[in-house]
Amino acid sequence: MNEALQTVGIRPANEADLPAVIALDAEMTGIAKGTFWTDTFGRTSDRAGRHFLVAEEPKGGLVRGYIVGEVRAYEFGSEPCGWVVAIGVDPRFRVRRMGERLFEAMCDCLRADGVATVRTMVAREDRLDMAFFRAQGMMAGPFIELEKPLD
Amino acid sequence: MKLQKATRYGLYAVLELARDPERQISATDIAGRYGISTNHLAKVMRDLGRAGLVEAARGAGGGYRFIGNPRRITLLDIVRLFEDIEGNGSSAKEPGEDTDIGAALDLVLSEIDDIARATLSAVTLSTLLKTMQWRDERTQRLRARSLASSADRI
Repeated sequence: MNEALQTVGIRPANEADLPAVIALDAEMTGIAKGTFWTDTFGRTSDRAGRHFLVAEEPKGGLVRGYIVGEVRAYEFGSEPCGWVVAIGVDPRFRVRRMGERLFEAMCDCLRADGVATVRTMVAREDRLDMAFFRAQGMMAGPFIELEKPLD
Repeated sequence: MKLQKATRYGLYAVLELARDPERQISATDIAGRYGISTNHLAKVMRDLGRAGLVEAARGAGGGYRFIGNPRRITLLDIVRLFEDIEGNGSSAKEPGEDTDIGAALDLVLSEIDDIARATLSAVTLSTLLKTMQWRDERTQRLRARSLASSADRI
């Protein structure tokens, strides 16, 4: 078995994980978003259809990855479906299937919520995340994201 | 999206060989499997060889073998070998491009090109081969479920 599969645990996030998640996200995006993550935790903890999971090393229990997902219903006529709204893995722990395990765990949560489809949104230029989600079997869905500058 | 013949043949060959990197297959066998011209495929194989993606084995039982990294090589990497989908080569302006309608039309067309490039660059050979397997498994699952529900109704 892959080493990461044996040594990494996936579990629901708790408040004490927030500093590690904020630090990981800040390292990857260059922006520390403390309020965003505190709000996200508040919106997801103990709420049906909302999930915030972390991947941790048993030795030392350090958080090395996270994923946030939720069930959204009837937006623009869509049947209820799962959404992955954030995912991140410590760059030093990539290519060890940690992201894959987080994604699978989120799919299990969403499946248990009763939805049959999972969606996400990725920037076209974000090759890393785009390739990751494609490698999990995701393909273009029936909706297209549109936008317009308001300035 | 319409790919040029050589591009499509190149993708067929690379994916067929990457499916089992230990296996050697002749251009004739690949051409036969996909119903395409052996002569045309032979030229494509030479291009793939020069790009370091396949290796030709000589002698009896010879053929081609995939030697790239299927988890790193994307569909765009193969497409680029045979055609310019970046628009870099087409410096000549189309008539009417400078008009307001021409410019607005180009905006929409480049949106489509951007999505095509982003898609091709995000799908590795390994992902495409896995997608094929997932689709087969899902079809079987759905068929089994449908049979089970028909049996319940009887």
